[in-house]
Amino acid sequence: MAKISRDDVLHVALLSRVELTEEELELFQSQLAGILAYVEKLKELSTEDAEPMTSVMGLHDVFREDEPRASLGREEALANAPDRDEDSFRVPAVVE
Amino acid sequence: METHSLSAVELAECIRKRSVSALEAVESVLKRIEQLDAQVRAFVTVDADGARAQARALDEKRARGEALGLLGGVPVAVKDNICTRGLPTTCSSKILQNFVPPFDATVVERLRAAGAVILGKTNLDEFAMGSSTENSGLFVTRNPWALDRAPGGSSGGSAAAVSARMASLALGSDTGGSIRQPASFCGIVGVKPTYGRVSRYGLVAFASSLDQIGPLARDVPDAALLLRVLCGHDPQDSTSADRAVPDFLRDLDGPIRGLRLGLPREFFGEGLSREVEDAVRQAIETLRSAGAETLEISLAHSEYAVATYYLVATAEASSNLARYDGVHYGYRSAEAGDLYRLYAATRREGFGAEVKRRIMLGTYALSSGYYDAYYLKASRVRTLIRRDFEKAFQEVDVVVCPTAPTPPFKLGEKVDNPLEMYLSDIYTISLNLAGLPGLSLPCGFSSEGLPLGMQMLGRAWDESTLLRVAQAYQRRTDFHRREPKVSLL
Repeated sequence: MAKISRDDVLHVALLSRVELTEEELELFQSQLAGILAYVEKLKELSTEDAEPMTSVMGLHDVFREDEPRASLGREEALANAPDRDEDSFRVPAVVE
Repeated sequence: METHSLSAVELAECIRKRSVSALEAVESVLKRIEQLDAQVRAFVTVDADGARAQARALDEKRARGEALGLLGGVPVAVKDNICTRGLPTTCSSKILQNFVPPFDATVVERLRAAGAVILGKTNLDEFAMGSSTENSGLFVTRNPWALDRAPGGSSGGSAAAVSARMASLALGSDTGGSIRQPASFCGIVGVKPTYGRVSRYGLVAFASSLDQIGPLARDVPDAALLLRVLCGHDPQDSTSADRAVPDFLRDLDGPIRGLRLGLPREFFGEGLSREVEDAVRQAIETLRSAGAETLEISLAHSEYAVATYYLVATAEASSNLARYDGVHYGYRSAEAGDLYRLYAATRREGFGAEVKRRIMLGTYALSSGYYDAYYLKASRVRTLIRRDFEKAFQEVDVVVCPTAPTPPFKLGEKVDNPLEMYLSDIYTISLNLAGLPGLSLPCGFSSEGLPLGMQMLGRAWDESTLLRVAQAYQRRTDFHRREPKVSLL
């Protein structure tokens, strides 16, 4: 089994912005250890002559003309907001 | 009139010839949904009124003598991770349960332009993460062939809807097998196009370098028809390819004599159920009798594909799913006090266990100190997997193998063991890593009467050859004509 400590799981949960219940914490610690042990098998392979594949169709940038076009109207953009005021998304205070 | 038993090609033809109206076609599947979907539970949303309105508009258009398009009046179900304007798009997740997109995905626009009727939205494993649709945050979908079995996943709702004749056609998405494996489990045809063939604009992103939208259909001509409608360049998706789209339906009936089919020895080994192997080998004999040649090949790095996939896909997912923060749309926790709590509590309550597990795994694989050992290593192995295919396609035209290692498994059988569930994708995920096209089609039934599927993998942009071989097989067999008898549990 790959080693993944309780603190590792807590750290990853923090980075992921996912709170875990005590139960989930224990379950994920053992399940992630199992999955990581399985993926260890990649270490068997020599990959020195293999570039990392980061794009399926070959790396390229796709440009378009910088032309103005219609965008989503304010009401439409706000229609799915969990909380809003007249014309903006409402969130808890970020700066004291 | 009962039109649900017609294929999409037949139905479109009847509507064109005015022997059936678009409204009759919609009423027929709506009645079917009413009869069966309480059992099967393929649909998250059935837009009955909207579908009737679309059908009436099409019938009026037809009455004015205007052409309706390739799919004129054909009812199509859409996987619920593909955005539909004004119709909820949930990804079968609590976090998007109330999300109503203000725009249509490009594929949905293309469906509408071709005269299709959007019938409703189908269930999936939450955010398309799963192989049985049991990870849906809403409810479980059942296999129409046996209600105690999984329909496969993640496009389980779409596959079940087409299989049970509750829709003529359906859209799915395939990141690691999510179109092909449910097609196999439900006894229908599913196509995963070449990466870049179909626009991903409006497909809720899971793993962007792997995701591709494709058709689920009863037979090969139906799949070819829908694929033709979906394909094409889209400036809204920078990974969409600017390439000519073949007339897949017209090209279907050519001979396959002399085509070389490769049988990868790694896909016929340990872990493959006897019944699946026998059915696939029988199907290969059928193709040989149609004039195809076969030879054994090797996809040497196949055994590393699942490990590679679960690092690459989760890494991409951890980044893509960062957008669910409870601010602009979707669910927000009532607990939110400060900004951190807003994110963390919203995501705790909004995501299900599998989604959390994958976000965590992907975050770990990308995190400082582990990036080289996990994500970078997997990206290099991905190159090796792609090279295996490049080598194979120098020798053969099509690779033939099983779609899934077993017949449809029982609901509940694998839910407690994520790794075991991941391994049910063992024959499908290499294709996504390589970005190539593939399809699954029915090739028999198990002793218990459950559908079995075979898979065909092709060269980039060569869906035409895949469809032609598949059609050559279906002309010589009738597995695709059988319908499930959905019976009460």
